[in-house]
Amino acid sequence: MTAEQPPDRVPVLQARGLVKRYGQVIALDGADFDLYDGEIVAVIGDNGAGKSTLIKALSGALIPDQGDILLDGQPVRFNGPLDARRHGIETVYQDLAVAPALDIAENLFLGRELRRSGPLGSVFRMLDKRRMAVESEGHMRDLKIGIHSMRQAVETLSGGQRQGVAVARSAAFARHVVIMDEPTAALGVKETHMVLDLIRQVRDRGLPVILISHNMPNVFEVADRVHIQRLGRRIAVIEPHNFSMSDAVAIMTGAMAGERVETDVLPSPPA
Amino acid sequence: MGVTMSSAIGGGAPGTRRGATTRSLAGNTQLLTSLGPFLALLLACGYFASQSDRFLTGTNLSLIVQQSMVVAVLAIGQTLIILTAGIDLSIGAVMALGTIVMTKTAVQNGVNPALAILLGVGVCAAFGALNGGLITRLRLPPFIVTLGTLNIAFALTHIYSEEQTVTRLPEAQTWLGTTFSIGDTRIPYGAILMFLLYLLVWYVLRQTAAGRHIYAVGNNPEAARLTGINVQRLLLYVYTSAGVLYGIAGMVLIARTKVGNPQEGQTDNLDSITAVVLGGTSLFGGRGGVMGTLVGALLVGVFRNGLQLTGLESIYQRLITGILVIVAVAVDQLARRRQR
Repeated sequence: MTAEQPPDRVPVLQARGLVKRYGQVIALDGADFDLYDGEIVAVIGDNGAGKSTLIKALSGALIPDQGDILLDGQPVRFNGPLDARRHGIETVYQDLAVAPALDIAENLFLGRELRRSGPLGSVFRMLDKRRMAVESEGHMRDLKIGIHSMRQAVETLSGGQRQGVAVARSAAFARHVVIMDEPTAALGVKETHMVLDLIRQVRDRGLPVILISHNMPNVFEVADRVHIQRLGRRIAVIEPHNFSMSDAVAIMTGAMAGERVETDVLPSPPA
Repeated sequence: MGVTMSSAIGGGAPGTRRGATTRSLAGNTQLLTSLGPFLALLLACGYFASQSDRFLTGTNLSLIVQQSMVVAVLAIGQTLIILTAGIDLSIGAVMALGTIVMTKTAVQNGVNPALAILLGVGVCAAFGALNGGLITRLRLPPFIVTLGTLNIAFALTHIYSEEQTVTRLPEAQTWLGTTFSIGDTRIPYGAILMFLLYLLVWYVLRQTAAGRHIYAVGNNPEAARLTGINVQRLLLYVYTSAGVLYGIAGMVLIARTKVGNPQEGQTDNLDSITAVVLGGTSLFGGRGGVMGTLVGALLVGVFRNGLQLTGLESIYQRLITGILVIVAVAVDQLARRRQR
């Protein structure tokens, strides 16, 4: 099952033989995963294929029963989402995980606020609102999200702009990987395209992205490689331009043999 | 791609106008909820000043502050809790228990008066921690938890006090009720303490990470948790700090009344919620602030006092308070609906 990779390229994030059981149900049955620098890998799979269990394992939301997760080639063990975050893996959730009444800068820095220097910060715990606003503006500009005021409450933004804030937050603090869990599920067509563009921006700024999506056209639009999960394991990895969407669905549902696909045309990661 | 991006998100042709109007609308309603209570207070003061020459005298204004003081301090704690989308019904009962502990231990057991106050505040803090613990550990709704602790604290107050009012308090316990004069206006130290507490909590809410986290938890607890905020611990802190504030309110109360009365505080839960709501803080959490609550508490005090001065029966104060509460909540709701 495991793809042979060139020995000189170490995946940024890698999973080997992950197993997760829930009583009788085997959610992950020896699943592998690879994410290389500079790419967007989409994870697709039918319901019950272990897609979300795999992502939860990679983002620290659950601990697998067996198998290894390697970050830059080093084995790691995440004891929770915060632990994964400390390792530089940030996750964007589908349900617009922002605090609507707080402003953009406050949302970007929520949980990692900057304090004033000197006794104002250390004794009086005073926030450095100006620095947070300036830095937020920088992060938003990096992703080419043109919002004028960082002191604007997030609830005054559209759904796409709100997700933009969540993506900017992840991109600002991630050092290794950004995981996007159905980031467009709650959005309309136009806003979905904004977010897809944002995902490319994040990749182009040097952060590899894992995208989980049910939306096949979206996946084929942005992904560099598509990881297909079936019955608890990785059954194939395809490049979107070599396959049609119906091929992907066929592999996903078992109508086309994944093994054959994988051995024949498993794409090499971007150079 | 970047260019289309910025125009699409930032405000391209069709999106812009709608975005701009919703933004200014939201801005206006936000302004209305924060300035509205203050305007109402000014209008009420203006009206009563035109009706009675005595209203705007220093003595009278000082009286209003003194009458509003206890509920105003309690309402600081209530504001913190409501900002997290919780509620505290046990507030007055816990304060009453605190006052009985303060006064009875000092008068009948000869405990040092200051230490007795600390004991009382400690009991209130323990009740706050109990509320917070039950809400976070057992995941029970705040309404039910504090309804339970309301009755527990009420019963303990009456059992421990044996239904007796504690009198002849040591001087150290009534010092906060003594006054100093500016011109011919007498200002009790308790009022200064109240204003300082408001400033302190305002600072914490506005200028510190903990304060912003309180808003975030009230807004979207799941998002707060995902950004790494320890929501359970924060809630425990909030309920415990509120308990400390109830203890301080009790300290102000006994200084003002010079007795420890087990019957005190029975309507303070609703009175404090009234002050919070009149002040523009949303009962759904995450919106509002403590300065609005101060205005809300003073607004109730102004109506009570003003109606008395103009010779109307005090029952009209209840009538007007009721109407104002509904107006305040309606404004909050409309503001939120418009934004969708």
